[in-house]
Amino acid sequence: MSKKDVETTGHSWDGIEELNNPLPRWWLMVFYACIIWAIAYSIAMPAWPGIKTATAGMLGWSTRAEVAKDIASFEEMNAGVNAELASADVTTIDVNSDLHNYGVNMGAAVFRANCSQCHGSGAAGNVGYPNLLDNDWLWGGTIDEVAYTIQHGVRNETDEARYSEMPKFGADELLEPAQIDQVVEYVLSMSGQDHDAAMATEGAVVFADNCAACHLEDGTGDLFQGAPNLTDAIWLYGGDRATIKETVTNARFGVMPAWGQRLSQAEVNAAALYVHQLGGGQ
Amino acid sequence: MWNYIKLAVLGIAVVLFGLAANYGRDFGYQIHALIFMAAAAITFIYTLRMTGDVKAQPEGYFDGVVRYGVIATAGWGVVGFLVGTFIAFQLAFPSLNFEFLQGHGNFGRLRPLHTSAVIFAFGGNALIASSFYVVQRTSAARLFGGGLGWFVFWGYNLFIVLAATGYVLGVTQSKEYAEPEWYIDLWLTIVWVAYLVAFMGTIFKRKEKHIYVANWFYLSFIVTIAMLHIVNNLVIPVSFLGSRSVMVMSGVQDAMTQWWYGHNAVGFFLTAGFLGMMYYFVPKQAERPVFSYKLSIIHFWALIFLYIWAGPHHLHYTALPDWASTLGMVFSIVLWMPSWGGMINGLMTLSGAWDKLRTDPVIRMMVISVGFYGMSTFEGPMMSIRAVNSLSHYTDWTIGHVHSGALGWNGMITFGALYFLTPRLWNRDRLYSLGLVSWHFWLATIGIVLYAASMWVTGIMEGLMWREVDSQGFLVNAFADTVSAKHPMYVVRALGGVLYLTGAIIMCYNLIMTVRRSPAKADVPAMAPAE
Repeated sequence: MSKKDVETTGHSWDGIEELNNPLPRWWLMVFYACIIWAIAYSIAMPAWPGIKTATAGMLGWSTRAEVAKDIASFEEMNAGVNAELASADVTTIDVNSDLHNYGVNMGAAVFRANCSQCHGSGAAGNVGYPNLLDNDWLWGGTIDEVAYTIQHGVRNETDEARYSEMPKFGADELLEPAQIDQVVEYVLSMSGQDHDAAMATEGAVVFADNCAACHLEDGTGDLFQGAPNLTDAIWLYGGDRATIKETVTNARFGVMPAWGQRLSQAEVNAAALYVHQLGGGQ
Repeated sequence: MWNYIKLAVLGIAVVLFGLAANYGRDFGYQIHALIFMAAAAITFIYTLRMTGDVKAQPEGYFDGVVRYGVIATAGWGVVGFLVGTFIAFQLAFPSLNFEFLQGHGNFGRLRPLHTSAVIFAFGGNALIASSFYVVQRTSAARLFGGGLGWFVFWGYNLFIVLAATGYVLGVTQSKEYAEPEWYIDLWLTIVWVAYLVAFMGTIFKRKEKHIYVANWFYLSFIVTIAMLHIVNNLVIPVSFLGSRSVMVMSGVQDAMTQWWYGHNAVGFFLTAGFLGMMYYFVPKQAERPVFSYKLSIIHFWALIFLYIWAGPHHLHYTALPDWASTLGMVFSIVLWMPSWGGMINGLMTLSGAWDKLRTDPVIRMMVISVGFYGMSTFEGPMMSIRAVNSLSHYTDWTIGHVHSGALGWNGMITFGALYFLTPRLWNRDRLYSLGLVSWHFWLATIGIVLYAASMWVTGIMEGLMWREVDSQGFLVNAFADTVSAKHPMYVVRALGGVLYLTGAIIMCYNLIMTVRRSPAKADVPAMAPAE
């Protein structure tokens, strides 16, 4: 059929006419095929609503059942090793064992989904969130201490959480502004940074009276109180003059959730195994 | 007499909006009350100056409002593309969320500004202006309602200004593509009813026996958008002196209503309305008859019947019951051919005039637009398939899909219409430069290809990364891993935006020069039915 033979409908709007071509055959066939498929599919799948409920579909398929099946198949596969990991003493798992391998792999997945938001997907931390790759630990870097920290968290509402609180030396007027400046210079000197020597000497006295109880006389910190080592170049919030002054003035109160409330025991242990082997584990 | 009533109403409105600005409970509401007050005051002064003037009975087509619409479309288009390009760079380089812009110009605030600027300001003005032009020509009648067309134009653009300032000030009900708060919604409802009256009135007084197919599409767009807008914005204001409101529906009912609205905003605003544009401008520019009258009837009714049910495909694998999700998918797939009916009718209208693709860059623009329409309306049903959606949902694939439709179909057909309208509305012999139209065509096309291709890559990549599990069932990637993997493609996408924006700026220059430099046309078109 030549297109030139087709008549127009005889109407014209602002010079626009319409040809009287039939519907393209392939178009109509595909349209019909889609409709037939649609009817068949909506019989097979949950589709048509009634008054109270909808048709369930001949295949009995549902999104929830599908995902439940997926999860169940992995849980069944890993059930034995998960039970073993949950009941194991994390300090004595042989690093060359299959259980350790499995735990590290599982821990890495747990970390990606739950921990990386704060500690970074490479675990290198962020301002206010500790780096887990180095061997500088606030609350202890042995595997059981790491597991405890994960299980109970830090400064949250649970009774078992790691807890300590630095006083707000400036905001609560525990120290004079001049004393704060002095102790800041002293802290700078401890980590070998540029400082005012005269003020630092004064600051040493302030430090001994106010800070040494937690950070110890030599400033190396105390794991039992989560008091950071001030003599190294590792800083949770920053080691420059202004940031240290802010920390002394208003203190810090970093919080970590008690992951034991959300993760299974096997997952907590696995996360501890993973974090411990990142490089800084003791 | 009518003017005195208008003056009284406007005077009272100025006072009431002033009071609302004074007693408003939040800053955004107060600013909006001041904008309303300024609009009422300007209209008051304008009306006052006109009062007493003896007006000549207007003759011929009412084209003044269409001219303003063309300017608004081009201007808002550039604004919308500029904001879009900027937020694309913000995604690639988060430091562009400058500290001093926090709370006003960060990504979260600018994103609705971009979507509303391109859909409602650019697209909406294009639809209103072109529908006023087309309905007058194809009905051989002057626009109904005297100055009603002006009210629709200025009222709609007031709505745009209120919506845009609202986003920056934080006045939002957080419904995608329906962000404006209750009083802005009420204002749009009034404007929309006026639009319907002006459009329907013109059709009623038409001198042609039949209603042209473009007008069916425009009318279905106007009527359905009215329904969608009202149902999706059913809210109770917390106070008449504040911008906050509480939605009537909640939970999954609210989500379903939102995506019934959201999907049909695409279906009736960006599809049916723009098909109306296509059905007029493609045959006019090609100077060929429409390919098939039968096809236009069948695909029109199939399209508007089917589109309205397809919304649930936006909520696969959510709290939405499986049955609703199945129906959304089924209707989306059946919608494939009715959508393609429009593409076939557009493309085949060129049969016998294919050589014009070589010589006329404007028709080239319209053809590629119809091509992108066909691609997006194949991609859409495919993505509505649950198995495909489980990969594509929440990824950049969706963003790529939307933009191949928006930049390719809506953008290009609008550019084509603007190139068609400008010489005719300003009575010019021809466009200033066809060479610049070609530049615009290629910049925009390459821009779209960069955009769509980079979003396919990142979308499918992140979808695969999210679901990747090892042999023991553990997740392989952290979310942040997917974000950093996407960075290069985000840069490519932003560059695509730069090209598209550059093309639009070239278009504006070309249109301005057409009005200023092109020689005037000798004969003025007369208003008469064809036979």
